[in-house]
Amino acid sequence: MAEPPVSRPGRRDGAWSRRILIGIVLAWVAVLVLFPLLALVRGAWREGLGAALAALREPTARQAFALTFWITLAAVVVNTIGGVLLALVLVRQRFFGKLLLEGIVDLPFSVSPVVAGFMFLVLFGPHGWLGRWFEAGGIRIVYAVPGMALATIFVTLPFVAREVVPVFRECGLEQEEAARTLGANGWQAFWRVTLPSVRWGLAYGVTLTVARALGEFGAVLVVSGSIIGRTQTATLHIHQEYTDFHYAGAFAASLALACVSFVLLAAMELAQKRARDSRA
Amino acid sequence: MAIVVRNLTKRFPPGRREKEGLLAVSDVSFSVPEGHLVALLGPSGSGKSTILRIIAGLEVPDRGTVELEGRDVIGVPVHKRGVGFVFQHYALFKHATVARNIAFGLEVRKWPRAQVRERVEELLDLVQLRGYADRYPAQLSGGQRQRVALARALAPRPSVLLLDEPFGALDTKVRHTLASQLRRLHDEVHTTTVFVTHDQEEAIEIADEIVVVNRGRVEQIGAAEEIYDRPCSRFVASFIGNVNVLEGVVEDGLLRLGRERLAAPGLAVPPAAGELVLLVRPEDVEIAPAGIAVAGAGPEGAGLEAEIRHVHYRGDRFEIDLDLGGLAVRMVEPKPVGRAAARQPGERVRIRFHSHAVFDTPDQHDLIRRQMRSLGYLE
Repeated sequence: MAEPPVSRPGRRDGAWSRRILIGIVLAWVAVLVLFPLLALVRGAWREGLGAALAALREPTARQAFALTFWITLAAVVVNTIGGVLLALVLVRQRFFGKLLLEGIVDLPFSVSPVVAGFMFLVLFGPHGWLGRWFEAGGIRIVYAVPGMALATIFVTLPFVAREVVPVFRECGLEQEEAARTLGANGWQAFWRVTLPSVRWGLAYGVTLTVARALGEFGAVLVVSGSIIGRTQTATLHIHQEYTDFHYAGAFAASLALACVSFVLLAAMELAQKRARDSRA
Repeated sequence: MAIVVRNLTKRFPPGRREKEGLLAVSDVSFSVPEGHLVALLGPSGSGKSTILRIIAGLEVPDRGTVELEGRDVIGVPVHKRGVGFVFQHYALFKHATVARNIAFGLEVRKWPRAQVRERVEELLDLVQLRGYADRYPAQLSGGQRQRVALARALAPRPSVLLLDEPFGALDTKVRHTLASQLRRLHDEVHTTTVFVTHDQEEAIEIADEIVVVNRGRVEQIGAAEEIYDRPCSRFVASFIGNVNVLEGVVEDGLLRLGRERLAAPGLAVPPAAGELVLLVRPEDVEIAPAGIAVAGAGPEGAGLEAEIRHVHYRGDRFEIDLDLGGLAVRMVEPKPVGRAAARQPGERVRIRFHSHAVFDTPDQHDLIRRQMRSLGYLE
């Protein structure tokens, strides 16, 4: 059977198909990303800059953003330490059920955030398996900040682990062995050699965690009960404003959150580039 | 003695489908005198790297002891043994500069910064990498990385330097240069050094002593000449250098090689019957001049009948393949002086052996052949 003729891209064909391809991509990015953003900016300016800023200065808005900050921080700290420990265990240790553990680490990806929220509600509610112990001790988990933090930690669990594990695996044992022959004890070898060798993968995992935590909605909505001024994160606050027809406030908060996310996007790109370079 | 190794034995735990783990090291004992450069030589899988790692403390033996400078170090963790180790793939810290790599062992020991800087400069000079202090390992060639690994291992002034196949990852041209550089470095620094290699040429070239290892056991220990000229086992004879393996059958007290018979081929008491293996190095085979009256294959004898099959020109010498009554023999002959005619295929000659080694129990013969084939010594 004769093969179809291979069209060698002459200079003219190549240039055109490239332009069309670029055009399609730009249009796609514009429709899905750029236009909604512009609409957001327009909405925030709708009642003028003053109204937008005033909305952001409301105590409810300030508390929401503060809560987002603290919960994100908690998620980052817990999952960074947890993620590194997980990587150490998954890469270096052999034990029964290792594959299962790897699968469980990926679980938060496959569970809908709303479902995750309900899980925590049931587990840590006043009559839940774990909740009843906390209730007895006078600590409220659900409909309060601790529950929101837990839920956020859950949904951001896999990021650091998934980024660190492959980098860690690739590094191999030899550098650490070398460090030990040079006189470093276990802790020194970890700090001076192991961690630096995974630092860009770790940084990337952390920025992913932050981005995800900032945008978390479904799980914290269910767990927190969305109590205005008490258990609302930035995302829940935006949702609240919109539902109450406070459009200026909703748009202003959305724009603020979007700006923070963009700054993080830039940081993500940088970390990813460095991670790629260090892997070479 | 800087290093004393006694009765080391190590068996690796079996994998999930194996019943028994691999016996990597079996009752290995040897010692390394202070300031010597010793090679642990053997084929892949012979256990030599495992022995080295046990000395360093990276592996724990099931039985046996290791003494460094008279001190029993079994049970002493790696980081307290004071050994320098150079890994086959160098294991440089990718995230650190050359200077930071070299300084690592010193920083871990909390040396003052000025001293660290001085020592790093000293070592950069020693390995001829001045000016490379701020480069990263990714920017270096293989040979340069190896020198950094060496400098890094030597920085904290270890009592013993261990190298695991230091030239394994380099191409052949660079290997020879680096091997001599290692020897020169050793002569300058005098640290007791043990290096692991499967390349017997390297071992012969730079080591003071060679420990030949095979399948977890020590076969022979000695200087290069002793091992080459007086191999004490069939394995050593065939592993070191090139060698012809000639199988013969003993008939009526004479060894039959091909169509010829040899008397008393070198064994004190030749067996009445059975099979023997004769090992002759190519350079020990000589084409006997015509007209010698004395029969036999010895240095004065008339030689055994053989036919030249191929003549390979090697620039400075000829390698000649002969057929000795069905047995293949390769010999080496220097280029004839003047315009003497070169040997031709088809020529019938008589060959004699200047030196050879004889071993019995040829049921292990197949194993040698297979090993040598895998090492590229046999076609």
